[in-house]
Amino acid sequence: MSAGPDVKVMPSNGEVPTLAEATAFVWSEADMLDRLDYQPWLALWTADGKYIVPTDRSPADYAEVLNIVYDDQPMREARVRRLLSGFSMSSAPPARTVRTVSRFVVTASGDGFIALRAAQMLAEYKYGRMRFLPADVSYRLVRGSEGGLLLDEKVVTLINAEDHQFGIGYLL
Amino acid sequence: MSDHDYAALVREDRVHTSLYRDPAIFEEEMDRIFKSTWVWVAHESDLPGKNTFKTSWVGREPVVVTRDRDEKLHVLLNRCRHRAASICERGKGKASVFVCPYHGWSYDPDGRLRKVPHDFGYQEDFDKADYPLVSLRVETYNGMIFATYRDDIEPLAEFLGPARKWIDLFMKQGAGFGVKTLGEHRFRFPGNWKIQLENTTDAYHFPIVHKTFLDSLDADTENVFDVLGQGGWIEDLGNGHSVMVMIPDLIDLEENLDAPIPERFEELAQELRGEGHDEATVRRVVRAVGGSGFNLNLFPNVACSMAFFRVLRPVAVDETEIMHVAIGMDGGPAAGNRMRLRLHEHFQGPMGFGTPDDAEGWERVQRGARAGEDLWILLNRGVEAPEGRAEPGHEAGDVSAETGMRAAYQMWKRMMTL
Repeated sequence: MSAGPDVKVMPSNGEVPTLAEATAFVWSEADMLDRLDYQPWLALWTADGKYIVPTDRSPADYAEVLNIVYDDQPMREARVRRLLSGFSMSSAPPARTVRTVSRFVVTASGDGFIALRAAQMLAEYKYGRMRFLPADVSYRLVRGSEGGLLLDEKVVTLINAEDHQFGIGYLL
Repeated sequence: MSDHDYAALVREDRVHTSLYRDPAIFEEEMDRIFKSTWVWVAHESDLPGKNTFKTSWVGREPVVVTRDRDEKLHVLLNRCRHRAASICERGKGKASVFVCPYHGWSYDPDGRLRKVPHDFGYQEDFDKADYPLVSLRVETYNGMIFATYRDDIEPLAEFLGPARKWIDLFMKQGAGFGVKTLGEHRFRFPGNWKIQLENTTDAYHFPIVHKTFLDSLDADTENVFDVLGQGGWIEDLGNGHSVMVMIPDLIDLEENLDAPIPERFEELAQELRGEGHDEATVRRVVRAVGGSGFNLNLFPNVACSMAFFRVLRPVAVDETEIMHVAIGMDGGPAAGNRMRLRLHEHFQGPMGFGTPDDAEGWERVQRGARAGEDLWILLNRGVEAPEGRAEPGHEAGDVSAETGMRAAYQMWKRMMTL
């Protein structure tokens, strides 16, 4: 498989990540998010990484359209500060969440990077009410200078992205 | 006719809890309010050119807003005249004909019934002209499209009255290029529609509910959003409409163009200069990019809220859907619209830094209102407006006053007791 045109290749750590390595990373990330372990989550990203939740099911040039989330590093940091501050009534406390990520397909890989798509099934619970938020998720993982993987892009496309949501007081 | 005494449920300074809870009142509202006045359905830029459409709602009824081949606007019930199937299930797009999927009856974008398949099965006196899509009355003001079931109510311009001045001011955020919609966030909360209607005229909650949004801003911008501390006011504009001015400096976006550019927009200004835009354009775009300094609340379902349209749709007595429609310049520099999108995402939508806390607050109102069915909702907050701000003769208060809510409920009472 070949690298996409905009993939940054890390020359000193060019080893192609295996699917097992990538899924272990994704599961560990999902576990962090369910446990609200947001500070270590911030460290999973490359400096240029983008965390995106679109308003549309069709892949787009996300920078040019309205999204639910379009976070660079400063926005991710601000978001985590907000969610952990205790002063946001929708996230103090947030709904409980339990999520699984599966149905992995490798869509591209090469020196020091791997791209995946997957299915995420997330249930949330608050005020005695259960909601279900299935999503297609794509990940671009790159090998960092210390040899581990980092998130360079994560796009969470909800099954009903263009339809109404309820307030979401946690990270998808 | 219900046996409710609606007039007794709305006093000058409070409304009864049953207005949030009673399904019978909700049913009457759908008829006496949403089927009896002007209801916002779309913005003209949602229908760019002939044979375009957007699906929308008037109260609980689904409609299709269309622009026909002569570019005339129509608002049509989304229901085939034969056996009721919906004729359009897409959000927006282009269509020169709407074909019912069930038996193939086809309609022109102006609603006329064009063709009935296998028409030998109908009697000779069957006339297609008798079965167009049901068409509502449509009028527009400065790009905003409204529809009504009623042919006998006042024209839209008259209904809007003094609110028109504020719509004109709001549209200045097109920075001279005109305004177009850039996409929308849609979310619901389990609560009554009037809780949301109130919120658009509620500055009092802002520093409390939106503390984490304010904390995410740089110090200068945080000062701009000190909405209770800038001499703002709230003004009753009649017919349930009101305006809440939070940032008086940003009422008229074509004024103060020589003021220093705020630090958070300096990068955008440099980018625009780098693209070769003259200084006047740069300053116009930058001054408009954060939106207007006020919320204009139009009874019953739309607000021009700082930098976006806020549209509410009653779903049930305890469920409401809200759209936050992002707007930008129609043809202005792309960098300006990109900035507007990022600002919109920052506060608005189901994962914004503001909206989820609003939605949670409104849900808590509905949950709390399950207790104390004989209690009242207080709307008595307010001291006088700063001197010389409101139009003479208009009811007004300082920015945190509940004047706008009182105005909306007096209109509610008027419509519910007609």
